[in-house]
Amino acid sequence: MENSQNSLLTLENLDKHFDISGGLLDQLAFEGLRLTRKRTIVRAVNGVSLDILPGETLSVVGESGCGKSTLARTIMGLYAPENGAVYYRGARIDRLTARQMLPFRRKMQMIFQDPYASLNPRKTVKAILREPVRFHNRTLTNGQVLERVEAVMEQVGVDPKWADRHPHEFSGGQRQRISIARALMVDPEFIVADEPVSALDVSIQAQILNLMMQAQAERGLTYLFITHDLSVVQHISTRVAVMYLGHLCEVAPAADLFASPFHPYTQALLSAIPKLGARTSNHVKLKGEVPTPIDLPDGCIFHPRCIYAKAVCRKMVPKFREIEPGRRAACFFAGKVGISWLPAQGGLKNL
Amino acid sequence: MSHLLEVKNLNVKFALRFGELTAIDGVSFTLDKGEKLGLVGESGAGKSVTGFAIINLISKPGYIADGQVLFDGQQLTTLDEDALRRIRGDRISMIFQDPMMTLNPVLTVGAQMIETLKAHQRLTNRQAREIALETLQKVRIPSPEKRLNQYPHEFSGGMRQRIVIAIALITNPALIIADEPTTALDVTIQAEIMDLLQALCASEKMGLILITHDLGVVSQVTEKIAVMYAGKIVESGPTVDIITTPRHPYTQGLINALPGSRQPGETLSQIPGMMPTLTDIPPGCAFHPRCNFKTLVCEMEVPLLMSRFDRARSVACHIKDN
Amino acid sequence: MFRRFKDSYLFYSFKQDKTAILSFAILMLLLVLGSLAPVIAPFDPYDPNSIDIMNAELPPAWAGEGEAQFWLGTDIQGRDLLSTILYGLRLSILIGLGAVGLQALLGILVGLAAGYLGGKTDAVLMRMADIQLSFPYLMVAIFISAIFQVVFGIGRYEQLAVPLLIVIIGLAEWPVYARTVRASVLGEKKKEYVEAARVIGLNRRLIMFRHVLPNSLTAVMVISTIQVANAVMSEAALSFLGLGMPITKPSLGALIKSGFEYIFSGSWWITLFPGVLLVLLVLVINLLGDWLRDVLNPKLYKG
Repeated sequence: MENSQNSLLTLENLDKHFDISGGLLDQLAFEGLRLTRKRTIVRAVNGVSLDILPGETLSVVGESGCGKSTLARTIMGLYAPENGAVYYRGARIDRLTARQMLPFRRKMQMIFQDPYASLNPRKTVKAILREPVRFHNRTLTNGQVLERVEAVMEQVGVDPKWADRHPHEFSGGQRQRISIARALMVDPEFIVADEPVSALDVSIQAQILNLMMQAQAERGLTYLFITHDLSVVQHISTRVAVMYLGHLCEVAPAADLFASPFHPYTQALLSAIPKLGARTSNHVKLKGEVPTPIDLPDGCIFHPRCIYAKAVCRKMVPKFREIEPGRRAACFFAGKVGISWLPAQGGLKNL
Repeated sequence: MSHLLEVKNLNVKFALRFGELTAIDGVSFTLDKGEKLGLVGESGAGKSVTGFAIINLISKPGYIADGQVLFDGQQLTTLDEDALRRIRGDRISMIFQDPMMTLNPVLTVGAQMIETLKAHQRLTNRQAREIALETLQKVRIPSPEKRLNQYPHEFSGGMRQRIVIAIALITNPALIIADEPTTALDVTIQAEIMDLLQALCASEKMGLILITHDLGVVSQVTEKIAVMYAGKIVESGPTVDIITTPRHPYTQGLINALPGSRQPGETLSQIPGMMPTLTDIPPGCAFHPRCNFKTLVCEMEVPLLMSRFDRARSVACHIKDN
Repeated sequence: MFRRFKDSYLFYSFKQDKTAILSFAILMLLLVLGSLAPVIAPFDPYDPNSIDIMNAELPPAWAGEGEAQFWLGTDIQGRDLLSTILYGLRLSILIGLGAVGLQALLGILVGLAAGYLGGKTDAVLMRMADIQLSFPYLMVAIFISAIFQVVFGIGRYEQLAVPLLIVIIGLAEWPVYARTVRASVLGEKKKEYVEAARVIGLNRRLIMFRHVLPNSLTAVMVISTIQVANAVMSEAALSFLGLGMPITKPSLGALIKSGFEYIFSGSWWITLFPGVLLVLLVLVINLLGDWLRDVLNPKLYKG
């Protein structure tokens, strides 16, 4: 990794697979006349290598089922990866026991998608916010903890006098603020945000995005932002990583990616964003259906849907390689295929 | 000239244990043949309820308290259940957000299409099957012969929504009401479904009411937009005009809150607060607690939806020259 | 706290439901009568000195041969039936609640562990529950009480009958709780607030007991009412078969049994009064349970 020494978080060849074959009885199947044991493996994340630099917002985008949420949870240690490693400031954290993990828990926090499920409905806001501080700072007095709860509530824009209420008394936007407050309570450096605004209305979405950007500016936070909403990505990201079927397709600085996407999948994705007032339907039409992550296609993972696919794409797996400084993509023809509206390509260059 | 659909002063109320709630308050709009209208608003604005009220499908404790829905000159709000059933699913079809809610998981796609068809037309199974095949081709489902005999779970999300659209189309309706048809789908699939709906409206001369929270989608598909807030239409007019020169402070706020409206990294302009719940709609203009331009009159008087600027546009706001 | 309860949906729907109010009132009355039995009963049926065998089988006071001091008549040993019924009610409720407490304790622990830990723990624990459920509780009860009576003798049995019955009935039905709690825990543990707790770094024990368990208890509340009714019935059935409370300390079931032998000689009251009371007790508990299930149905009400 070119940046490993100064990166905050490094992922190395991360694989996360799920065995969904169920109990022994569910696995048994007849093949011809022979009884065989069949396992069904979902390959959610495959060989993902990535560096996250301090202070940046790295967005991971992709469509549903592409493994972006699994990636987030594997980084947070909620899932144990099958292969590969996760390093936090150079220290390997994916094989730690719960106790060894504790110092890292203070540094890494997470914000969740569903503001209705991510807060324990039986607890008051105060209890929800108090828990992380209490747990990590046992020496603090009740008064100090309460002070901190009130300070953070103030910061995220929830009136501290509502601290004794339960989550169901708040609207979706306010709950998401509380969820952010919980993550901020332990004063982390790094926050994984899993679709934090997808469940919110447009006007509320803007409030939450502003809050997150403001918290980042004030506290020097580093974000890993998981989302499928490309206009949100364009607005908040420093760099963007595009995922498809558990693989990284392309990683690039946000401005470059939106100006000239290299990978055919990124191109298709960007062309499909509904733009305000643009009455066009000249988006890149993908062929076929998204394969399931249970049996991944051979060769390039994207070839069955790619309009530029050649013979080599069916046989060989393209390397995730550097195309330009700071820009990497997994495509044999990265930067050489594209469509006319892409300014950086200088016209249609079909192979 | 008579319109395909004319909604006049529609009021929907819910009778609840602590009193009555007004979910839809004086909604009026018209739709012509082949025209596409976007009903835009945030959750709780009453846009879905409006969709249901058009086909008189408000379930208890809700009821249509007042107003008219004229479809092809026929009053739907006072029609009896039998006559309504002949219109629903035949002349007016609905498409919902979650295709799995609409499709019956234990029946093949073909069976469900044929069932819909035979409920409204006298056909033999064979004829019905022919039409089902044609319709599947129309919504661009590959190998329709094979697909007809498959169950909903064998389709992907995007394909399922195509099936739902096919079922909605199969009776050649004059009007389709699509309630957040692509919200559950990925962007690439959303773009395809929207293309499809647009093409079908053009070729079949269908009217379309697209109910959604996504201004981007609406702006690409529809000719007219009606923006709803707290049960009322606050602004309506041609799509291009509303997107480029929104007049109501709420519409302006909505458009400015979109991440694409600012340079990356800049603070987004936000509408403070949130939409009031139906239980505590403020007096006067329902938007005034969140409005930057409010005056005294906004807190006292409900602004009427009035034609302004030019005949096609209406705004419900006290401020004269937004 | 009280204000919150007063404004809650639970209390609101309680006020709306006449059956629930009536059932609750009757249940409270029975509970008070039972728990205050030593205070309000005119006689102490456990005191051999107050029993006169000459008073045996007297009919209720209003019948021809009845005596005013024995309002509901007497049983075959000459005990005042009203007092005996009150003491019996007390025993039945005690055993019912005790058994359910034991069931709940075992079942919640097993269900929580099986649901949250999953994997092999889940498989082993739930197979144990299946095996337990496949034994009829009557058979288990016959085994245990027979062995106990042989080992310790009838005398000791009379002293230890109450805890013994609690254990027998409690052990018989814990899988009901275990399954309910497990199902509920499986639903809860997928929710993001559990992941949030893991991200904070809380250990499994804290997450299980502080986060998952409180959110799984709604289902427990609903089945608890039904289970109390079941346990009271089980105790009555065991006693009726002679495997439960001894006749010197009769529960409602034991009283029904003791009267049942004399019902054809005309002493109908010994069986009828405790029988009616038993039916009433079980009925109101079940009605309350039904009401609770409707109200707490998460599909109808969230919060």
